[in-house]
Amino acid sequence: MDKTINITLKVWRQRGPKEKGHFETYDMPGISVNMSFLEMLDTLNEKLVAKHEEPVVFDHDCREGICGMCSLYINGHPHGVNAKTTTCQLHMRTFKDGDTITIEPWRSAGFPVIRDLMVDRSAYDKIMQAGGYTSIRCGAAQDANALPISKENADKAMDAAQCIGCGACAAACKNGSAMLFVSAKVSQFALLPQGQVEAARRAKAMVAKMDELGFGNCTNTGACEAECPKGVSIANIARLNREFLKAKLKD
Amino acid sequence: MANTIDSKIPQGPLAQKWTNYKAHQKLVNPANKRKLDIIVVGTGLAGASAASTLGEMGFNVLNFCIQDSPRRAHSIAAQGGINAAKNYQNDGDSVYRLFYDTIKGGDYRAREANVYRLAEVSNNIIDQCVAQGVPFAREYGGLLANRSFGGAQVSRTFYARGQTGQQLLLGAYSSLSKEIKNGTVKMFARREMLDVVIIDGRARGIIVRNLITGEIERYFGHAVVIATGGYGNTYFLSTNAMGSNGSAAMQIYRKGAYFANPCYCQIHPTCIPVHGDIQSKLTLMSESLRNDGRIWVPKKKEDAEAIRAGKKTANDIPDEDRDFYLERRYPAFGNLVPRDVASRAAKERCDAGFGVNETGLAVFLDFKYAIQRLGEDRVRERYGNLFEMYEKIMAQDPYKTPMMIFPAIHYTMGGIWVDYELQTSIPGLFCLGEANFSDHGANRLGASALMQGLADGYFVLPYTIQNYLADQIQVPRIPTTAPEFDEAEKGVREKIDKIMAIQGKESVDTIHKKLGHIMWEYVGMGRTKEGLTKALGMLKDIKKEFWTNVYVPGKADDLNTELEKALRLSDFIDIGYLIAIDALNREESCGGHFREEHQTEDGEALRHDDQFSYAACWHYMGEDQDPEMLKEDLIYEETERKTRNYKN
Repeated sequence: MDKTINITLKVWRQRGPKEKGHFETYDMPGISVNMSFLEMLDTLNEKLVAKHEEPVVFDHDCREGICGMCSLYINGHPHGVNAKTTTCQLHMRTFKDGDTITIEPWRSAGFPVIRDLMVDRSAYDKIMQAGGYTSIRCGAAQDANALPISKENADKAMDAAQCIGCGACAAACKNGSAMLFVSAKVSQFALLPQGQVEAARRAKAMVAKMDELGFGNCTNTGACEAECPKGVSIANIARLNREFLKAKLKD
Repeated sequence: MANTIDSKIPQGPLAQKWTNYKAHQKLVNPANKRKLDIIVVGTGLAGASAASTLGEMGFNVLNFCIQDSPRRAHSIAAQGGINAAKNYQNDGDSVYRLFYDTIKGGDYRAREANVYRLAEVSNNIIDQCVAQGVPFAREYGGLLANRSFGGAQVSRTFYARGQTGQQLLLGAYSSLSKEIKNGTVKMFARREMLDVVIIDGRARGIIVRNLITGEIERYFGHAVVIATGGYGNTYFLSTNAMGSNGSAAMQIYRKGAYFANPCYCQIHPTCIPVHGDIQSKLTLMSESLRNDGRIWVPKKKEDAEAIRAGKKTANDIPDEDRDFYLERRYPAFGNLVPRDVASRAAKERCDAGFGVNETGLAVFLDFKYAIQRLGEDRVRERYGNLFEMYEKIMAQDPYKTPMMIFPAIHYTMGGIWVDYELQTSIPGLFCLGEANFSDHGANRLGASALMQGLADGYFVLPYTIQNYLADQIQVPRIPTTAPEFDEAEKGVREKIDKIMAIQGKESVDTIHKKLGHIMWEYVGMGRTKEGLTKALGMLKDIKKEFWTNVYVPGKADDLNTELEKALRLSDFIDIGYLIAIDALNREESCGGHFREEHQTEDGEALRHDDQFSYAACWHYMGEDQDPEMLKEDLIYEETERKTRNYKN
């Protein structure tokens, strides 16, 4: 039999983007420590449904840390206190018997609340649409090995490309800046020859879109890197700044 | 019963068919492309690659997904890699060999012409993805690296650490983003398709539910493309995402599209074992781990019992007391046998009492030997993220103690029947990726799902859909006020109202778990006539229970996650029934479908080519009637069918 703990949840409930939200308290006795955090929320929702109440709305999908759909501010940390872990990978063994756990949505100007713990992250899609691609056409590519790429650069590009677009970086930032997200994509392409042709245009367009959508400026606090579930490094922000400067100097 | 159907395979020798097809097909000129609307449902590898490519070509594309962003489709979770016949390793690979391995891996139940085309375009996919900036693994010389996957004796799998699906999907998503910016693709996120609209026998639109507002919306398209993935969540516990569902497939099935080979469900051998009643999903550990990990159980039953009781650990068992059963049974392929073979072998050992974990339902996947051979750093470089993932879930360090794994539902080879052009039996309705049945026969090889999804979306559909659309250029955009749209929306509203009105006692998940138990118990890894017959009765009861006793809170015209789940579950119940009917009909064992009555003396799958060399295509006959079966005969011109042999 699994070890169990008794916990208390304080969950943010909010009907809609314009409505006032509040914390609701729920007692959760007998929670197995082997449950994932989201399975614990499933359990809460089953209880609410059994009482004919509306379940807590939260985004989730793959439950293996890769789709970027889950979010949640847990005890003041995006995706909880564990490093390099998404909410769906967080397990109840992280908590102690008697703990009170506070659960809030991402709180950032760029991500308005839709309901309860669900927020609108379409701003990240719009930033991608501004320039997060190479403008190649299907069918026109040369042989994949025609262009050797050093392992070092390919590995660094992969480090940056691991971003899952969850929004924890902007949610963690006191300025609400999306610089880590933008820099990860710009870096991936800046490190690869395929990305060079449009490098200047990309850096300018993505930064401009980020500004336009109400994300704040970067003041190098490093909170984004600390909270990123994929460990994307702020060295990428430095690279973005170089790319941006290079692009501006060309103008 | 014995009706056969035409798959429109082009004439000519196998290797020339696709070239011939493209040379003679009809095309749509640029001015006319602008006048044609194409609906693409789904943004996984197949959907996103199709939508972006059709957009690049100049069509007007309307693309739909249920998640908040197209980047989240479940293709993102594919770990190990993507196959292609590049032969960059100079190990004897070729288009023919990839074709042959795929046909054989599918236990000779796939269509030759489709599989050959898949192998042919596989190389273009790698070129396309590299050009998009996908950071595939590379060697020190700067060239692309490869690894091996099950069912092949060459290294043809390209990969991006353990996140290949993520990188390929983000590549397709980046192309999609480019086309959204260019205005050729309109993106509709958080929308769930609830029906297809048929006008004069052709697919002309869809009805969707806006998942934020609950409003029902209508969209017109000259053609409709379904790329909504598989139906593995019928079993409740699977490696699929929580939202993955088979509802779009069931909607078009009810409108007349054939559902082919539903019983071909892939059970993946290396998943993290089930831990309790509240578990919501299962997590896959990539097949790539079988490159270096060795699978074993204790040789002695008393050791297995001691491990289950917590009195011994894996590390207490000396090498000579370990049974590396895959290496023992299949010396030629060893730990890299195909998934169906590896899963059955694990079940056989556990059934015989040699399983580990508290439940006895697990085997070991051990990296001790790889660490001795390569060093911990090399192992970390290859599989680090997978080891971390395992440790997060199991709270055990796989560098120090072997992983425990067990088979779980992972992928569905069956799906909507399509012809060579990926068109369903409804004109103007196409189906791509895992949602269709086309290329994997009765078992899919590792790293071939990504290949098929992208082949369909980047390189096949953008050609074949033109052969249909060339005759549609005179058709004006049909307003969504047409009576057929009214009718379809009415049906959708009636279904929703009916569910909301039940106000029963059981939650959606409670009923879904019951469905999952029946499916896993009687329609899972080992199936019998008796069990399947029993399951059909139980599934009828579950259906009744759902339609009389489900409880959905809230309102229909509002954000309502329980209603979303209920609508999907209503379709899973019908899919479950279809899987069981098909499994009962197919009195042979092949690939992922194992009928215990049909096995060789040493427990291998026994096919009956004389009776079952066909795709079983189920045709909907009404809500309370069993479907009618049509056959597509599988004709093998190029390959000689043999009993699959991974032993020598």
